[in-house]
Amino acid sequence: MDEIIKVENLTHTYGEGTPFCRSAVEHMDFAVRRGELLGLIGHTGSGKSTLIQHLNGLLKPTEGRVLLDGKDIWAEPKKIRDVRFRVGLVFQYPEYQLFEETVYKDIAFGPANMGLRGEELDRRIREAARFAGLDEGLLDKSPFALSGGQKRRVAIAGVIAMEPEVLVLDEPSAGLDPRGREELLEHIRAYHRERGNTVVLVSHSMEEIARYADRIVVLAHGRALMDGTPREVFSRAAELVRAGLDVPQTTRIAMELQKRGLPIDPAVYTVEELARALLALKKGGGRGC
Amino acid sequence: MLKDITLGQYFPGNTLAHRLDPRTKLLAVVCYIVAIFSCHSAWAYGAAALTLIVSARVSKVGAKALLRGLRPVLFIIAFTAVLNLFYTPGEVLWTWWVLRITREGARTAVAMMARITLLITGTFLLTYTTSPIRLTDGLESLLNPLKKLRVPVHELAMMMSIALRFIPTLIEETDKIMSAQKARGADFESGSLLRRAKALIPLLVPLFISAFRRADELATAMECRCYHGGEGRTKLHVLRFAARDYLVLAFYVALAAAIIVLD
Ligand SMILES: Nc1ncnc2c1ncn2[C@@H]1O[C@H](COP(=O)(O)OP(=O)(O)OP(=O)(O)O)[C@@H](O)[C@H]1O
Ligand SMILES: [Mg+2]
Repeated sequence: MDEIIKVENLTHTYGEGTPFCRSAVEHMDFAVRRGELLGLIGHTGSGKSTLIQHLNGLLKPTEGRVLLDGKDIWAEPKKIRDVRFRVGLVFQYPEYQLFEETVYKDIAFGPANMGLRGEELDRRIREAARFAGLDEGLLDKSPFALSGGQKRRVAIAGVIAMEPEVLVLDEPSAGLDPRGREELLEHIRAYHRERGNTVVLVSHSMEEIARYADRIVVLAHGRALMDGTPREVFSRAAELVRAGLDVPQTTRIAMELQKRGLPIDPAVYTVEELARALLALKKGGGRGC
Repeated sequence: MLKDITLGQYFPGNTLAHRLDPRTKLLAVVCYIVAIFSCHSAWAYGAAALTLIVSARVSKVGAKALLRGLRPVLFIIAFTAVLNLFYTPGEVLWTWWVLRITREGARTAVAMMARITLLITGTFLLTYTTSPIRLTDGLESLLNPLKKLRVPVHELAMMMSIALRFIPTLIEETDKIMSAQKARGADFESGSLLRRAKALIPLLVPLFISAFRRADELATAMECRCYHGGEGRTKLHVLRFAARDYLVLAFYVALAAAIIVLD
């Protein structure tokens, strides 16, 4: 698979020249492959938000480069707006960015900035609303009359409507109830499958990332600590715990069982997988405990 | 861009300047301003500048941070300097077309620049080394006599401390909303004046909404803790002068007096 975004030796220092100067990202290398759903995970303050704001040129690297389709996005600083249309970024708590009179108009803001008008604009707005799980009936309402979860969907639709090649979501499920979380993530997964577009999902919930991502990059203290499939990452559970991260509950159960002498692979990370592994053990007539 | 606004920004530390009573620093700044406006000769400006440099050294505030505060007013400094340079009558040094520089004009321009620079960096040193809470505490205590004249000193101080407290928050929020709208292709930096003003709507609407929400939350939180104005309210940290306060104050009073009398 080819790499759509490549980050080379990226360092970002906030507040240079003040007493508050600190590096949020240090010498980071990582890549986003075309068409994948990449999970980005790390403890609070590990630099996730800082990193992803480099992907669409909102932040400028203190050191290092960001390549989009092999081209340095800062090669032509005047064209940085085009990069923002190609890499769509949904911020953490995006519901605070809504400003229009109606949901419809707010979703239109991004694509209208791209110069779209008329039918194409309308099509994109309706399609984005569907992908984000918004009812048609909500489109004429004021965004300020919606619930928090609905507002967030409006904000996500506003970015999807730009039809970016890469959709980056910063903790889209933070602060939602379990049902709202699941619904939202299912919508994102459906968007990913239907469109075949690249999606980068930032989260600090291991369960979430384990269920949805094809590949996981683990950040710790501004560096990329691990990079691999969920199975590969969760097989290094002890390291994850040391990096201040949790492992999915299923992985934890499997680890405990293994510690007690059962021949089970501790890298199982979904309930279904664990169930299958346990059934196989039972059938195989393994030792009881 | 927004990061240049350092007004009301406090750099925590534990230097002599940080430990001083806020009233001392406020009065010292007043003395310093009086001194600057009484300066005429070069030695007086030198003394004022030296005092500032030493104070900055003591408070461990870097020159870079201090000068950064000047950036927003650079235009005003340049403007006054140019006005003074060309429009002061006196002994002509140089003319070209309608422009004319006089000896007096050059002198005033330089003096003006020095004055504004010292004034601004001096006051910035105060806000850099004093937390907003302590600053308003000091102000309230200094203005207390005005209560007799029915001036709502406590309310004013509270309003000021809330405003100061929320400046960095609002700047941060503005930055965040701006980034979010830029991610959707908003363009704040180019186009005609009208277009640029229009481009501010996606920034200002969410900003106002969140400011009102914050104000509401803050009011509720204050009421929940039984806040009912200044009447009968006591302080957790009572301000007290120490020996160092008298010394510093004496120095600044002496500086102002010396410049007024000798210059
Ligand atoms: N605008 C800023 N100015 C100064 N420092 C910042 C700024 N934004 C972030 N930082 C610092 O950079 C570090 C990384 O922050 P970042 O927001 O990237 O973390 P994060 O991984 O997204 O955390 P979270 O999970 O809480 O969202 C933090 O230590 C933070 O204090
Ligand atoms: Mg974050």
